[in-house]
Amino acid sequence: MSKQQSLKATEAIQASLKKRYARERRFQWYGRLAVLTGFVFLFILLFDIVSKGAPAFTQHYIKVNVDLSQEVLGLDPGASEQEIFSADYLGAIKTSLREMFPGATGRKEKQQLYRLLSIGAEYDLRDKVLADPGLIGHSSELWLRAHSEAGSYLKGQVTAGTAESERKVKDLQMTWLDQLRDQGRTESRFNTTFFTEGDSREPEMAGIRVALYGSFFTLLVTFAIAFPIGVAAAVYLEEFAPRNRITDLIEININNLAAVPSIVFGLLGLAVFINFFELPRSAPLVGGIVLSLMTLPTIIITSRAAIQSVSPSIREAALGVGASKLQTVIHHVLPVAMPGILTGSIIGMAQALGESAPLLMIGMVAFIMDAPAGVTDPATVLPVQIYLWADSPERGFTEKTSAAIMVLMGFLILMNALAVYLRRRFERK
Amino acid sequence: MKKFPLSAVALAAIVGGSAATQAAGRDTISIVGSSTVYPFATVVAERFGRSTGFNTPKIESTGSGGGLKLFCKGVGANTPDITNSSRRIKQSEFNDCQNNGVTEIVEVLVGYDGIALANARSAPKLELSLKDVYLALAKDIPGPDGKLMANPNKTWKDVNPALPATTIEVLGPPPTSGTRDAFAELAMGGGAKSIGELKALRDLSADKVAEIKAAMGKLGLPDGFYQALQDQKGKAPKGEDLFDSIAYAIREDGAYIEAGENDNLIVQKLDANPNAVGIFGFSFLEENGDKVQGSQVDGVTPTFETIASGDYPVSRPLYFYIKRAHVGKIPGIQEYAVEFTSNKAMGEDGYLPERGLIPLADEELKKVQADVKAMTPLQL
Repeated sequence: MSKQQSLKATEAIQASLKKRYARERRFQWYGRLAVLTGFVFLFILLFDIVSKGAPAFTQHYIKVNVDLSQEVLGLDPGASEQEIFSADYLGAIKTSLREMFPGATGRKEKQQLYRLLSIGAEYDLRDKVLADPGLIGHSSELWLRAHSEAGSYLKGQVTAGTAESERKVKDLQMTWLDQLRDQGRTESRFNTTFFTEGDSREPEMAGIRVALYGSFFTLLVTFAIAFPIGVAAAVYLEEFAPRNRITDLIEININNLAAVPSIVFGLLGLAVFINFFELPRSAPLVGGIVLSLMTLPTIIITSRAAIQSVSPSIREAALGVGASKLQTVIHHVLPVAMPGILTGSIIGMAQALGESAPLLMIGMVAFIMDAPAGVTDPATVLPVQIYLWADSPERGFTEKTSAAIMVLMGFLILMNALAVYLRRRFERK
Repeated sequence: MKKFPLSAVALAAIVGGSAATQAAGRDTISIVGSSTVYPFATVVAERFGRSTGFNTPKIESTGSGGGLKLFCKGVGANTPDITNSSRRIKQSEFNDCQNNGVTEIVEVLVGYDGIALANARSAPKLELSLKDVYLALAKDIPGPDGKLMANPNKTWKDVNPALPATTIEVLGPPPTSGTRDAFAELAMGGGAKSIGELKALRDLSADKVAEIKAAMGKLGLPDGFYQALQDQKGKAPKGEDLFDSIAYAIREDGAYIEAGENDNLIVQKLDANPNAVGIFGFSFLEENGDKVQGSQVDGVTPTFETIASGDYPVSRPLYFYIKRAHVGKIPGIQEYAVEFTSNKAMGEDGYLPERGLIPLADEELKKVQADVKAMTPLQL
């Protein structure tokens, strides 16, 4: 009877086997599908950003024969540098454009003609003349920056296919640009402005310099505060502190702090550092302090985990040969735990780099053109710059937004790669 | 472990450095305020910075209310010098300023901004009246018996038989936005005025309590409503106050979708959904003319000319306010204001109208320029 029963059981198992295998296969497919979905979304995101952002890295220039004679610029012979600085360069550019296209006569047509060149062309020309005063007095062929709208036509983003009233580049401008292109008077160059200039309201003149400096200074402050405090706290809690109710309470609170929404830290920064301590608004100093409060729990938690994972035999060996507790920690435990601590810190810093919500509250969402020289000068950071550009009405900022996202993602990938590299390198030792 | 002392030194240097620069004061103008004025103010700031020896002003986009709050906090390098506003300063804000020692404020009217109702180019252009807008978007509207009831209108055709039978789906700014305030006042209020019962209520002054209560009875409003408003204001409300709280309430049943402060996002959503109507500033309509079209309101299409002439009904003034105590202390404030109000910037052919700012009439501009020159303080 027992034999019969076990036979029955075997049959039952065999009968269900197929079902169980099928279930497992299905489960594997669900998993694959989940991974695939994730990848598809990532790919769509990256493709969208890169395809929108890539044109931002080129800038079109137009070669114009500029008449820089003294009468056009309104300069006397032997003019001082100050006079050269404030000469009428816009007038010189307008005159030259009119000479190149004598067909533009009406007021509207002339306005369209001037709009081929960037507002910044005037300042570019001024800087060129200041650098080489020998240009004054005769005409020269100079490459001047094109307007972002003219650029969008030259880049092929706007075509004559749409009705004229529905696009910014008008038919007349398109004819002029075609003529210029046929004469070899247009050129596409790598857009260095994007990296060397601050924010601007003209898409072709806008750059991320202020945001890069701001992000750098902010992270410097964050690191200078969060890393030493975080590591010290982790070492004390892990190696020295007694286990009792108070340390348990502290531990719970640190874990809770890590889950606090970042905007709350911004409000805290506004109330404490700006309103009470009267630190300057919009400064990387306050931004850095706020972000360090945000990253502190991450650093403490990962550092504690790294210190915990150091084998007790190392501690015991050090203590055994007569090292003090402090010597044990600093000479033996910390170096072994360092890769983990550094990885945690870098990931915390990467989080801080991508953060914008807390900075909203402390005035770092601002239009700033001049690069900060220190941590107390007004600055923005990369994510905030992206936010500001995404909100600008000018069409030319769409590509700048995506390009800035590409730069930000580049830095994030770089920091994560650094964390991986450090971990590998130290682990081998 | 040498990192501890090293970063400690760095920290000390940073904090020490900050103390030094703090003491020196500020040589960059600090501007806060409206996100609607921000695109214009930044253009002026950029030109100002590039063409003069002064630093480029720092401009924060905090919203009109937030900006005035910061502005009125007091005098000193830690407070902003100028605040932008997409509405006039309120009496309460002005008093707040006075109490905090900001006694002299110079008001500068910079121009006008139109609020457009727009839909995708692929959809037929809408011809709305303010009354249609009110009936489509109000939380409560007078029903057939004259009593207020929850807005039953589902499609534009329900509102006005001449309109298409598409679902009412309006994307607009959230309550924190100045655009929303202006839209409520100009479009919703304007539309409600064309309804007899509400207009009658609006015209009653505070002392006509019995008549107000009678009008409320006709609208089917409970007495508690009057009491609540009285408690909130601290005095007897006018018919207009009651009118405002009825007319400005926008429906919350999903027909009006709060789309955030980002107007570009609204434009993109309209492009994807031809049935939706969006509410945003005129400059966004102008920049995105290939994707969206402005609806006619009371027979007028929002264009540069119709807003400037005042024919387009949904337009509002834009201002900035200067703290006079800072003029001369922080370099460049008056020069910035002069640049902003110059013919080159604000004049009819200036660079600001090119960006979508609706310029002032000639006499208005002359008066503003004179006020800026003399730094005439505002009296309220």
